[in-house]
Amino acid sequence: MILNRRQILLLLPAAAVAWDSVLADNPEGSPNYKMSEHWWGMLIDITKCIGCGSCVRACEMENDVPEGYFRTWVERYHVSDWHIENPEVDSPNGGMDGFPPGKAEGGKNFFVPKMCNHCVDSPCSQVCPVGATFHTPDGVVLVDYDYCLGCRYCIQACPYGCRFFHPKKHTADKCTLCYHRITKGLTTACCEACPTGARQLADLKNPNDPIHAFLKTHSVQVLKPHLATGSKLFYNSLDGSVR
Amino acid sequence: MGEFKDIAHLIRLAGVFLLGLIFFLVFRSVTIPKSFGRYGPFRGAALVELSSRPLSFAGHAACENCHPDVAALKANGVHKSLNCESCHGPLAKHADDPGNVKPVLPDVAQLCIRCHSENIAKPAGFPQVNAKEHSGGQACNTCHQPHSPGFDAGGKK
Amino acid sequence: MEGFMYPNEVELQWGILIVLYPFLTGLVAGAFILASLERVFRVEEVKPTYRLSLLTALAFLIVAPLPLQLHLGHPERSLEMYLTPHRSSAMAMFGFVYLWYLMAVLVVEIWLDYRRDIVRLAESSRGVKGLLYRALTLGSYNISPAALRIDDRVGWIITLIGIPSAFLLHGYVGFIFGSVKANPWWSTPLMPVVFLFSAMVSGIALVLLMYMVTSAMRRVAVDMRCLDTIAKYLFYTFVIDFALEMLDLIHRIYESDESFRSLDFMVHTRLFYSQILIQIFLGTLAPLALLSLTQMITFPAAARRRIYAIASVLTLVGIFAMRWNVVIGGQLFSKSFLGYTTYKVGFVTREGLLPAVALMILPFAILYVLIKILPPWQEESPFVAEAHGDD
Repeated sequence: MILNRRQILLLLPAAAVAWDSVLADNPEGSPNYKMSEHWWGMLIDITKCIGCGSCVRACEMENDVPEGYFRTWVERYHVSDWHIENPEVDSPNGGMDGFPPGKAEGGKNFFVPKMCNHCVDSPCSQVCPVGATFHTPDGVVLVDYDYCLGCRYCIQACPYGCRFFHPKKHTADKCTLCYHRITKGLTTACCEACPTGARQLADLKNPNDPIHAFLKTHSVQVLKPHLATGSKLFYNSLDGSVR
Repeated sequence: MGEFKDIAHLIRLAGVFLLGLIFFLVFRSVTIPKSFGRYGPFRGAALVELSSRPLSFAGHAACENCHPDVAALKANGVHKSLNCESCHGPLAKHADDPGNVKPVLPDVAQLCIRCHSENIAKPAGFPQVNAKEHSGGQACNTCHQPHSPGFDAGGKK
Repeated sequence: MEGFMYPNEVELQWGILIVLYPFLTGLVAGAFILASLERVFRVEEVKPTYRLSLLTALAFLIVAPLPLQLHLGHPERSLEMYLTPHRSSAMAMFGFVYLWYLMAVLVVEIWLDYRRDIVRLAESSRGVKGLLYRALTLGSYNISPAALRIDDRVGWIITLIGIPSAFLLHGYVGFIFGSVKANPWWSTPLMPVVFLFSAMVSGIALVLLMYMVTSAMRRVAVDMRCLDTIAKYLFYTFVIDFALEMLDLIHRIYESDESFRSLDFMVHTRLFYSQILIQIFLGTLAPLALLSLTQMITFPAAARRRIYAIASVLTLVGIFAMRWNVVIGGQLFSKSFLGYTTYKVGFVTREGLLPAVALMILPFAILYVLIKILPPWQEESPFVAEAHGDD
């Protein structure tokens, strides 16, 4: 390929930017990862979740989640016909050890896995006073544990209860979408451990990702859509009673 | 100079504020993290730190690399959607050093019922049993081959 | 815990220290607004409390960030708020509002108002005290009538800027809560306005009380004209504050949105004592009734003093309860609207009752020191007659 002078001149700034990002943007141990080429989200298929809690355990093992706190958890809903707006929900130990058999009478029952929604317009990163929680260029909301003040404003601002105050680090903590895995081409620990494929990591910038075909053919919803957080946690077959 | 005589103290006060501001700006330029603002209003180096955390789960690709026989067996059965570490637990250490770090076989008595014990909220089509009634306390793998189990419990499948 | 909460919600994030913080800043804003009445609106009656209000505001403003510091997981990182403030964060911008109000408004106004005293004291004092006053003069001893006239003018402008700044200071605290869309108990545009008026109410009540207490301690007769005027302002602002709070309540009840059932249950159970009994009946209706009585019937001076004192104490209790109900109440219910948790105050823990009480006493200690350094009593100052002769 031969470039004329004009083309070279045009490419120079782009090359400078690219080189800069090559210098800066190579997370250690993942030299081939470029943030600008990804836009992460997750698909959760309620019809496939069996409430086994494998995701919760896997998350805890992968990320050293302190006991009693959850980066992901599973809820069980019991919605009776006459009270669709007032479901009965339980989540013993975040669903980590599975669920007791449950009651059979009237209404429907299903499991809802929960985790950080990695919102585009995330209320948590909006309120962080110092930029210790932020939305990355590849669409993941992260916490900088070496910069967080521990003011907990973000925990108050999250409508989904996905954040907690880490009892040892004394900072906010939450799901990282296994950023250390997805930047190496692996899927998240919860998706890796999910036996039924109820959770699937999705890269919306990858045209070959099965998420595109799925979104075209299914009715998909996000949690609390009226809050307009730009959630990227897509739920298939989400019941209206789920909060 | 005469006209400034009566506001000299105000000028001094402004000077104190100016000194404070200069000190703040110098202090700020010295203490602010180098990578702050590289990708947005946050510390860019945090991305490197967060992405270099060690793995616990190796990922199924690593397993299938060395255990193609099990992968092939599993690929044809109803457990084809299960990844190895879903049952065997996180094995990144084993994948890194297969010679020295040996995985422990999962306890079948605990393992299968996590998914297959009866629960009202499970999808209707999902195979689920009351373990006591179903096997009378026998281990699941007496009848079922875990890597490719059959639906009927007639024999080892 | 009762019903269902998201598993991370069981633990409360903001405890009694965060209740204390809006209470303290509210007292600051209220005291300053009372002081500015004299300066800007020329309400001569409240003059005896002008300097006391300013010093009270300063003492409380110095303490206001301490509960926040104590509450942080990493207090050593708190300077990051100034170094790398996040522009979209209400809390980050609050750091600058606080600094602006402390340095550009309160300190400058006090300095200008006290400059004549500082210079005279610098000339007459020795030792450490003399050194302190000499430092405070900034090396300028010019207290000629022309210089003082300029100070008066500049002080007036600072007060004028100070009023919206005081509004901003406390309105902003309200905004920190009112802008959290995830939390329906907090998320209302009325929150900054309610915070502002309740701040004025609490600040005025505090200065009223401080004026009576300091007068009693100095064995000086209270200026009843001053007291009556302050009580009148307390009554008026309290009526507005109460109307706003009731507006918020009625609006919530009538609109009955998705969160209503949950919040209604909370107010009738978990918050029944602190909200209905203490905040509304004891802390609002009772002082309002007392104050309205003094507006309608002319009691003898001694009785009025007693009524004002009781009303002020009840007011402060009521406003503290209001802060409690906002901050703690906002965390007692699940954001799933399906369950409730409880708040247990620790005692000697870092965020417990003991540090909270200490932080509540500290501003009074600071005020005592400030009064010693910069006596606000005009009749004791040998320079007063002269100073006000220039006006």
